[in-house]
Amino acid sequence: MTEKTIKLGHGSGGSLTRALIEETLLRYFDSPLLAGLPDSAKVQLQGVPAAFTTDTYVVDPLFFPGGDIGKLAVYGTVNDLAVVGAIPRFISCALIIEEGLPQSDLRTILSSMRQAADHAGTEVVTGDTKVVPRGKADSIFINTAGIGAFRPESALPDAEMKAGDVVLVSGPIGDHGAAVLSAREGLNLDSAILSDCAPVTEVAQAILAGARRTSFLRDVTRGGLVTILNEAVGGAPLGLLLREQDIPVRPGVRSICELLGLDPFYLACEGRVAAVIDAESAPIVVEAVRRTPAGQDATIIGEATAEYAGEIVIETAFGTHRLVQMLSGEQLPRIC
Amino acid sequence: MRFIDDFRNAEHVKALAGSIERRAAQAGRPLRFMEVCGGHTMAIHRFGLPQLLPESVELLSGPGCPVCVTPTTYIDRAIELGRDGALLTTFGDLYRVPGSERSVEGASAAGLLEALVVYSPRDALRAAQDSHDREVVFLAIGFETTAPTVAATLLEAKRLGLRNFRVLSGHKTMPRALRALLEAPEVAIDGFILPGHVCTITGARPFTFIPDEFGVPCCVTGFEPADILASIEKLTELCGPGRRPALENAYRRAVRPDGNEKALALLERVMVPVDAQWRGIGHIPGSGLDLGPQWLEFRVEPPDPERPSAEYSACRCGDVLRGLIKPAECSLFGEVCTPDSPVGPCMVSSEGSCAAHFKYGSQTFTAGLAEIAENGKGY
Repeated sequence: MTEKTIKLGHGSGGSLTRALIEETLLRYFDSPLLAGLPDSAKVQLQGVPAAFTTDTYVVDPLFFPGGDIGKLAVYGTVNDLAVVGAIPRFISCALIIEEGLPQSDLRTILSSMRQAADHAGTEVVTGDTKVVPRGKADSIFINTAGIGAFRPESALPDAEMKAGDVVLVSGPIGDHGAAVLSAREGLNLDSAILSDCAPVTEVAQAILAGARRTSFLRDVTRGGLVTILNEAVGGAPLGLLLREQDIPVRPGVRSICELLGLDPFYLACEGRVAAVIDAESAPIVVEAVRRTPAGQDATIIGEATAEYAGEIVIETAFGTHRLVQMLSGEQLPRIC
Repeated sequence: MRFIDDFRNAEHVKALAGSIERRAAQAGRPLRFMEVCGGHTMAIHRFGLPQLLPESVELLSGPGCPVCVTPTTYIDRAIELGRDGALLTTFGDLYRVPGSERSVEGASAAGLLEALVVYSPRDALRAAQDSHDREVVFLAIGFETTAPTVAATLLEAKRLGLRNFRVLSGHKTMPRALRALLEAPEVAIDGFILPGHVCTITGARPFTFIPDEFGVPCCVTGFEPADILASIEKLTELCGPGRRPALENAYRRAVRPDGNEKALALLERVMVPVDAQWRGIGHIPGSGLDLGPQWLEFRVEPPDPERPSAEYSACRCGDVLRGLIKPAECSLFGEVCTPDSPVGPCMVSSEGSCAAHFKYGSQTFTAGLAEIAENGKGY
């Protein structure tokens, strides 16, 4: 046997990532606050509840249609706080910069971070800068951590999922993944696809305030809709049945996926949430989410069912069914 | 996207399913059709098409995934070249395929070599231009669909006078493989769904031997649900009473009888037929393509075609590829062998039949929910 090494697929956010975290990180870090791997840890600071999270951003290219690594680094962390029900407050900014990065690029990125922080109602209050020799990093890596506060009156996404609950998605999926891919591959398509990169605090608050029960609330990021929803059903006595026609995917995103042989259900988003809420509240919640800037195209895409315990099943337009599983490794370009 | 949506129209698809059911009843016997293209396998399972078919019509996956049929000896050879310092350039789905010890991905992660995932041989050529003196080897696998793009890239490499670009050819051709399959006495297929992309290049003509010599009907088709069901409808009809086996083309929007003459001329100019080793099947004379005598400066010596691929002994991919069993009938399927840790070639490639069955849970939905409740998930 050869020694096990880290493969690219370990970073895909799919089942390999999950296994890596369980087999390594959770062996060393066993805080009960970390168990279950929530987007943010819920901590108590001298009796005051707060949400605390961190994330690292390594996107290529640094600038893509609809955003850049700076905007991503702020909203990504803001969104991890928002989906546990917190109001994001303070952000840190740690930079690992490769020797040779044009200072103008750095300024553009920082300006973008500042705008994003303002837009999300947060402040960057601490930071760090490291420079590494050429070739030891890819232009710039950014780590941000964030702290958010809980409003005393707001509900939390901690209800128990019941059969008949519905799945809400706050807008079309895959925009970010498609925008980055098309920029990276130099694809010039007729319809420009912009990253959906945006803060989801208002969306999350609209869901939590409007639903009688919210049993699942996550921002859809790396690994896409299916990977995130798999978290909702992992080990659960219920499964999710999604209707393929109801899952919003922009035509341009579908085109890119057909062209490159990728599945939009696994493409990253940076400004979408997926939630499971009680069916009765659904119409009110959908309306409320649609009134928020990042949730205008919110819609219900499926429901929780006892039929497929622990699985996500998609019903096609023809009434056939297929399983959708967590991605194994990276989505790689196919030969044909 | 309108072009695709027309072929995914629910009413159209349901009407085709109804027509297949009527024709299958007329045929009055169980029918086993084989698709021989990885793209078809994926589409069939992604759209859950077996669930639309009557019980008497069964779909089997043949040796149509170029990644699946690439032998371990080829991967081993590629890793050897990488370890000697060449930059390997590869299609994404070959990257994870295990050789006898490790995959290119594994070797790259272990720091033994450097590999670059590319979308086309042109990207590999560009990598060679950017790498100056370092040798860049393109791992050229695929059927008649992919081979012309490699031929065109070699023309370009010659025009540019590139000295650091090489090709390790593992290309294969489809008609010989189907002949080998039909000649095997244990294989019983009532009809072939012919590979649409391959036929776009070769035309349908190279496959006429299937009805003519073996009396088995076949139909060329595309990759959308309506395309695939149209071909099954045609095959079911050809299996009806009093019908003679024939070759039909349900993909006229892409496939002409004589194929793509430009692409074929390119192939003729650059490549020559050679013997090839097929993972899971074995040695098939004349079923491979390698660089011809005028292109030796770009050629890397491929592994010996006589040397068999080293397989895990309990793996039944060979039986799956010949349509003798369904993936779930292999004892490794879904237990020892999964996309995360594939044992056999059919689980390795994203287009392999085991991977398609596992990924989309086809065995679950065709087994029926009652059976699942009784026996667990079916995998």
